Amino acid sequence: MDDVLFARLQIAFSLGFHIIFASISIAMPLLMVFAERLWMRTGDREYHELTKAWAKGTAILVAIGAASGTVLSFELGLLFPTFMRHAGPVISMPFSMEGFAFFAEAIFLGIYLYAWNRISPPMHLWAGVTVAVGAAFSAIFVVTANAWMNHPRGFRIAEDGTFTDIRPIAAMLNPYAVHEIAHMLVAAYLATGILVAAVHAFILLRHPQSTIHRKAFGLAMAMTIPMAILQPVVGDFAARRVARFQPLKFAAMEGQFRTETHAPLRFGGIPDPEAMETRWAVEIPGFLSFLGFGRASAEVKGLEEWPREDWPHPVIVHLGFQIMVICGLILLAVALWAFFHWLFRGRRLPDSRAFLWATVLSGPLGMLAIEAGWTVTEVGRQPWVIYEVMRTQESATPMPGMIAPFLVTLVVYLGLSAAVILVMYRQIRIGPGRPAPGLVATAEGRAR
Amino acid sequence: MILPWITATIILVALVVYAILGGADFGGGVWDLLASGPRARRQRELIAEAIAPVWEANHVWLIVVIVLLFTCFPLAFSVISIALHVPLALMLLGIVMRAAAFVFRHYDVAGDPVQRRWGQIFAWSSIITPLFLGICVGAVSLGSIRIEDEVVLTGYFGPWLRPFPVTVGVFTLALFAFLAAAYLTRETSDPELQEDFRSRALMAQLWVAVLALLAAFANRADAAAVQLLRGVWPWIFVVLAIALGVAVTYALFRRRYKWARVLAASEVATIVIGWGAAMVPYMVAPDLTLQEAAAPPHVHLLILIVLFVGAFTLVPSLLWLYRIFKREPIFEPVERERARP
Repeated sequence: MDDVLFARLQIAFSLGFHIIFASISIAMPLLMVFAERLWMRTGDREYHELTKAWAKGTAILVAIGAASGTVLSFELGLLFPTFMRHAGPVISMPFSMEGFAFFAEAIFLGIYLYAWNRISPPMHLWAGVTVAVGAAFSAIFVVTANAWMNHPRGFRIAEDGTFTDIRPIAAMLNPYAVHEIAHMLVAAYLATGILVAAVHAFILLRHPQSTIHRKAFGLAMAMTIPMAILQPVVGDFAARRVARFQPLKFAAMEGQFRTETHAPLRFGGIPDPEAMETRWAVEIPGFLSFLGFGRASAEVKGLEEWPREDWPHPVIVHLGFQIMVICGLILLAVALWAFFHWLFRGRRLPDSRAFLWATVLSGPLGMLAIEAGWTVTEVGRQPWVIYEVMRTQESATPMPGMIAPFLVTLVVYLGLSAAVILVMYRQIRIGPGRPAPGLVATAEGRAR
Repeated sequence: MILPWITATIILVALVVYAILGGADFGGGVWDLLASGPRARRQRELIAEAIAPVWEANHVWLIVVIVLLFTCFPLAFSVISIALHVPLALMLLGIVMRAAAFVFRHYDVAGDPVQRRWGQIFAWSSIITPLFLGICVGAVSLGSIRIEDEVVLTGYFGPWLRPFPVTVGVFTLALFAFLAAAYLTRETSDPELQEDFRSRALMAQLWVAVLALLAAFANRADAAAVQLLRGVWPWIFVVLAIALGVAVTYALFRRRYKWARVLAASEVATIVIGWGAAMVPYMVAPDLTLQEAAAPPHVHLLILIVLFVGAFTLVPSLLWLYRIFKREPIFEPVERERARP
């Protein structure tokens, strides 16, 4: 039992680590390409320096993302071999396609970073665009595989328990994937955008006159604002899909123990599984029925409908969901502040100290929301690894002593996190425009 | 059923490409660790510059191998994941640390001490990865993993912690180091650096030969041994590999670096393909054949279609990458500021 718990903790921790770098790999190349395009159009050297600085950050973070992604593809087998033994062929389509997306990302990142003075400017820009597109497709394929775990289809279970009648195409064309992909992609752009904006806002607080950081801040906010406004809409769509496909997970997310009509929407609160109620929540009567099913009189199924051994952990899932929603609402508020300022004050972003501080403090919230949101998805699927088909317990490796690999993973990833923060801090402190040692020969800018 | 044989061949091809491209990146780490003499710093710079633009793309071949394995041969993937959990986990540790240390060293702005520390982690993790990759390859071929009713019977250390897999691990390390040194002669136009790596390549080639012999003996001596050199096919590849080994040695000796690069890659490819031929018909010898491990045929067909379509985007991209960075030596000789004694 403990061994399964440690296997779960290991993959949870590995995913939690990887997803930050994966999200940055999706969004950061896009920012880099925007900056380069602006440089090509305006000839403004500062955009060139900004492109270089962002490219350096991208190089570091994408490398960590690629390595930790490799670890995950092995860990699926190392930790849950029985799951992969049956699921592998069924989810073969998104995984094999993901390989090509990953190739595109890696090949064109190499070209983008090191061929500044070897290919023409438009080709260089296109290499960057390919990196951004490849990363987005990687995410689409991987999330499609996850959607299958939540809404398995494209196979039958034979009498001896094996999977037969495998239809990989049907498994891939999964209605559950639509909202997961949309929610994840928007989250990646939003979380990276606000994080980058926060870094440059922090520098602007110290050096308000720095024009290059103003440009960087503006570009990052240009990505953040529409995504922050879009995300609640996508999130609402996602919640309605979960309510339809996984009513049990929906009940756990909302802390809904009893089946009722006019179910209230709860903000905060701690679910108490013994008393079968969620305490200390701020409730809006009827609103959960409305959000989930379109009418206040709709019936929302509570956890009581299912046997206790099929429940996900109600406290973790509910709190994870609350954290994600609160982060999203704060980011929405910051985005609306900026948006209305832009709209009514002569098409300029706010640059008051109050707004810059608000951005700095919101910087980590996007990533926090991603972590919390994936906790909801994954813990909310438990006790199943393949929803209502295979239990996590049955799928784990028979190897004993799983605490050892878990602890190694923990130590290595915590150490790497510290190292990444340190290296990025040093990069940011020297600022854009100065070449890193060891990179001089190849990364010199092309002459214009 | 022919389809599983086709996908298995593609897995082998991906493994060959991973060895001749990604393997050389790890071999570079070996020479980073062993950099010595008056040009140690220049050697390290050359290695870093040769690896930097291509290592991430080269690494993806390993992902291709693993994805094709778990989609097309899921039973083999699950058995290998259970029996070789420990060496695979250690290999992953090497992969993560290598990637992280390499970019940190490349981009970190701190002075020399920090750079050296990252450099050492880079070098050591470059050694760990091929070593444990080789150990895993050795263990699946030896017959030390026993399976009954899809259950692994032989434990978590016994199948790989024995002479043959460990020898194959060290052999893999030597092979990758040899490959890297042979390539590096062509990455620079500086004659002194070329000489450095020429002598290293020749030395490594000798190690490769010795370790291959040792592995052959270890295979014979092991009680669990599935004899890898049975039948005609493996011997054909052995002879071919020896011939290519002699040819590389000659090319290096005569300083024909362009030829040495091609021949060294061919030698490594021959060895990996030869291993594949010796494995037939097993996926995990001796209890799991390729046919038993295979997913239903239409899954293989779908994967082949994906691979076929994907190749149209992949091949031109890869060719472009290598055209940009590997057609001509790009690491220039520097003005030497101090006269040598």
